[in-house]
Amino acid sequence: MLLGPSGSGKTTTLKLINSMLTPSEGDVRVEGRSLRDWDVIKLRRRIGYAIQEGGLFPHYTVWKNVSLVPRLENWPEEKINKRVEEVLKMVGLPSAEFGQRYPDQISGGQRQRVGLARALAADPPILLMDEPFGALDPITRTELQREFKLLQQRLSKTVVFVTHDVSEALLVGDRIALMDSGTLHGIYQPREFLASPDQQVKPYVDAFRTAQQLFAS
Amino acid sequence: MWEFAVSHRREILVLTSEHLWLVSISMLLAIVIGVPLGIFLTRQPAWKGFVLGLNSVIQTIPGLALFGLLLPLPWFGARSDRLAITALTLYALLPIIQNTFVGISGVDAPVREAAIAMGLTGRQLLWQVELPLAADVIVAGIRVSTVLTVGLATIAAAIGSGGLGEFIFRGLSMVDNRVILVGAIPAALMALAANMLLGFIQRGLRRARHS
Repeated sequence: MLLGPSGSGKTTTLKLINSMLTPSEGDVRVEGRSLRDWDVIKLRRRIGYAIQEGGLFPHYTVWKNVSLVPRLENWPEEKINKRVEEVLKMVGLPSAEFGQRYPDQISGGQRQRVGLARALAADPPILLMDEPFGALDPITRTELQREFKLLQQRLSKTVVFVTHDVSEALLVGDRIALMDSGTLHGIYQPREFLASPDQQVKPYVDAFRTAQQLFAS
Repeated sequence: MWEFAVSHRREILVLTSEHLWLVSISMLLAIVIGVPLGIFLTRQPAWKGFVLGLNSVIQTIPGLALFGLLLPLPWFGARSDRLAITALTLYALLPIIQNTFVGISGVDAPVREAAIAMGLTGRQLLWQVELPLAADVIVAGIRVSTVLTVGLATIAAAIGSGGLGEFIFRGLSMVDNRVILVGAIPAALMALAANMLLGFIQRGLRRARHS
């Protein structure tokens, strides 16, 4: 989990990983290999990408959106069909019901699910997620966070997840990387994070606790 | 006017088809040049000012003057239909370039970003995402251009390249409104038909876009 305020460099970090941005200095390694040695297109097809609102193609049906990367990779048709069915089921949208709909014919939460299904479709070992649940109502968001957590335990992929929401970071993440004005402040396990005496961490923990107390009272 | 039209029906038919030919060729050229040029501008925005500026300058040259200016050019000025088509194409370019640029620039940033992140190549991005999503805006530009060109093509008769303008100029010199109308009415109908047809296509593309 990349956690931090707006402008702290979370999204920038994410975009450095799939070479949407090029570092002005230093080196980015994916699977131990420098990005300079990767073919950018191949790299990106090995990395699932999910963003707020899904970034779905409005002129493609749900089915066509989800099958995008497998089709780009020229999978055999049967394998594509099977995989699309599978990932759509995984995110709770049976393809028989949703496959032929367009993004403007489903709800925001459903679009988000389709975005996740699309990111998972080619079974990439790495997932990048940029506030994927940011634009949702609190109930749908919590539901999707929980489902994603379960899904992640099953799929065990490397996920880099950007959020500015502490409770999301604590709920979904195994490790929380706190970012501040372009630098990495520290990496914590959720428990460590909650117990940390660090001056930078405390405001987040306080905010989280306050919210919890409000609920408790 | 009716008797005049009936007695000249053969000539009306010939001039109408000449007119249609002038417009079709010019539009075809304008699309073949304008759409790629509009795409180029989205990739190299630094050229935008220059290309659109140059085009606006061309647009401000009065039709007759442009024909005259092109006349001394070696290949273009050698034949009157060539000259007319060159001038009409130049006029038709601006709305097409502009709408192609606007249409492609108008594709939602998250959609483009997701496409790049999913590993679409530049060409795939263009053909699978940008052009389909910009298609109706591009066709809107072609529609404006076509209607404009149908009207403008009447002036081509002044340099002897035929078309319905023949009647209009003849009518003017004869001070005979019947003759003018026999040229003007088919030209107007042609513009209306083109407008309707392209409007129909545009709406179809818009629906296919789903956004």
